[in-house]
Amino acid sequence: MEKRFMKGAEAIAEAAVRAGCRFFAGYPITPQNEIPEYFARRMPEVGGVFLQGESEVASINMVNGAAFGGTRSMTSSSSCGISLKAEGVSQAATDHLPIVVCSVMRGGPGVGPITGSQQDYWQATKAHGNGGYKLLVFTPESVQEAVDMTYHAWDYAEKYRNPVMILIDGVIGVMMEPIELPDMVSDEFIAQNKAAKKAAYAPGPREDGRKEKHPINVSDGGPMGRNHADWMKYEGWKENETDVEFYQTDDAELIIAAYGISARIAKSAIGILRSEGYKVGLIRPKRVYPFPTKAFADLCPKKIKGILDVEMSMPPQLAEDVDAATKGAIPMEYCLTSYGVIMNRDDIVAKAKEMLNK
Amino acid sequence: MEKIYTRPSYIREGATSGFCPGCMHSTVHKLVGEVLDELGIVNKTVTVWGVGCCILGAGYTTHDSFGSPHGRACAVASAYKRTNPDEIVYTYQGDGDLASIGIAETIYAANRGENFTVIFINNSTYGMTGGQMAPTTLVGQKATTAPFGRDPKQHGYPVHVCELLATLKAPYYLERVTCLDAPNVLKAKKAIKKAFQNQIDGKGFSLVEIMSNCPTNWGMAPLETLEFMKENTLKEFPLGVYRDKDAE
Ligand SMILES: Cc1ncc(C[n+]2csc(CCOP(=O)(O)OP(=O)(O)O)c2C)c(N)n1
Ligand code: SF4
Ligand SMILES: [Mg+2]
Repeated sequence: MEKRFMKGAEAIAEAAVRAGCRFFAGYPITPQNEIPEYFARRMPEVGGVFLQGESEVASINMVNGAAFGGTRSMTSSSSCGISLKAEGVSQAATDHLPIVVCSVMRGGPGVGPITGSQQDYWQATKAHGNGGYKLLVFTPESVQEAVDMTYHAWDYAEKYRNPVMILIDGVIGVMMEPIELPDMVSDEFIAQNKAAKKAAYAPGPREDGRKEKHPINVSDGGPMGRNHADWMKYEGWKENETDVEFYQTDDAELIIAAYGISARIAKSAIGILRSEGYKVGLIRPKRVYPFPTKAFADLCPKKIKGILDVEMSMPPQLAEDVDAATKGAIPMEYCLTSYGVIMNRDDIVAKAKEMLNK
Repeated sequence: MEKIYTRPSYIREGATSGFCPGCMHSTVHKLVGEVLDELGIVNKTVTVWGVGCCILGAGYTTHDSFGSPHGRACAVASAYKRTNPDEIVYTYQGDGDLASIGIAETIYAANRGENFTVIFINNSTYGMTGGQMAPTTLVGQKATTAPFGRDPKQHGYPVHVCELLATLKAPYYLERVTCLDAPNVLKAKKAIKKAFQNQIDGKGFSLVEIMSNCPTNWGMAPLETLEFMKENTLKEFPLGVYRDKDAE
């Protein structure tokens, strides 16, 4: 483990390199330019390939091309750029390519402002592209968590043969924090990992009489076999792959629902509220897909007076999943910012007090 | 008895192509197969299919291949080749795929001088979707979305891919050929072979544009399409070498 003081975006890129990512393609867009810029410097040092695509569309298709050949590959972008990548991510989902996409949210809809937001929750969790696929969506609240989640992202992508998304906001991307970096995987691991993927499902030359494994041939079970298998995979995630933090929830009378940077700010608000005797806790999805439904469904309406949804998006997006989980049994109120305006801790404190003093 | 003509090993035994009778896609598949056999690289070759009638080749050929979204083959192939430099990579794309929705991916792969081969079937139409106007549809030529014929005032003029790419410094080899008669088929094969040899030699981006027909959507018998091409298509799209760095 190596200790460093790093910016979120660069730390994500370094974690990816240490995980064995050897192909990156991206197109410039604020607030995530530090990710491709870091890869551009770093890839030549480790024998990897960095390509600046002519667009987000080209970049994601390049990432798929590298993944077809067994290389751990990644792209990053922001909001309107992630929209353009939907074509390629949808294709990766159907071709079962284990790629990693880092989505650094800025304001929207449309081109939007370049500052951080959380307005792409639906884009990440509901319907990014066509055809009804799902991504594992990791939502770190700190640079360290972003590093750890990125480092392990390919393990999940390869286990499930499915794209994984690291969903952060512009704040985490530009924030500097002290971190511990995981060790670099070995060259042997990289070579074996690539060879194993090629043998298992990637196309590529084989000595055995050219029995090609076109991705179209990957799933058995007739024309609907692939869709059915993917559906079962997503159902399995709901059981096995949720990840959620309960923060000071044991005695809480008010629960804040938040993820990413909003959760981080909410924790600081909870410190203030607790010091004044307000019993407030936080439920923080560390992955927003699969959504930790049970964490919210298990809340006791007799004990919990309300849920305060804290997110940097209007309309609120996380809120819909929370409400669906509680089946509306617990009244919900909101503390929101949007269009690239960063969440204010004092607003969370004031809103929580208002709810508890009712 | 000596065997002098056979199915290329790249074409699956007992398979039918799915191409319409008289379509040059079939001829080009045979030529690519022969070239891969002659160069002894079938086992090392990976195709990136575009989206269009070309994808019918996916079930017809024996070697490894994968599809790409409409127009993106050159982006996919760029990354595949860069991460697997020892393999032979080629894209097989139509004119709608390569010259309309994928024109950016094509230009930039060419401009980076990517070391793979592009087999480009220009049939002046969107064949697979039923004969809509393509970037290459001739002035006056009818299409389902240009029912009165291509009108430059409304639709602009046909896009000339070889000429366009020849404005760039990086491409190594650009040639336009056709398959409308035996001498031209032989020339086309030579061009395809050169384009693959260039890749083997690490020379960079090579593209062969094959002027083709689409009897089905042109609404002509196959033989009529050949006459039409001689009278019209080849006048708008002159055959020839547009870039050959070997010769420079
Ligand atoms: C994003 C997207 N847009 C449109 C289509 C529909 N489509 C399929 S094939 C095709 C046209 C292909 O024409 P061309 O590339 O000229 O190939 P041809 O069939 O003529 O050989 C189109 C538009 C698609 N598959 N994907
Ligand atoms: S539709 Fe046209 S291009 Fe497609 S296979 Fe038939 S003749 Fe060939
Ligand atoms: Mg066409």
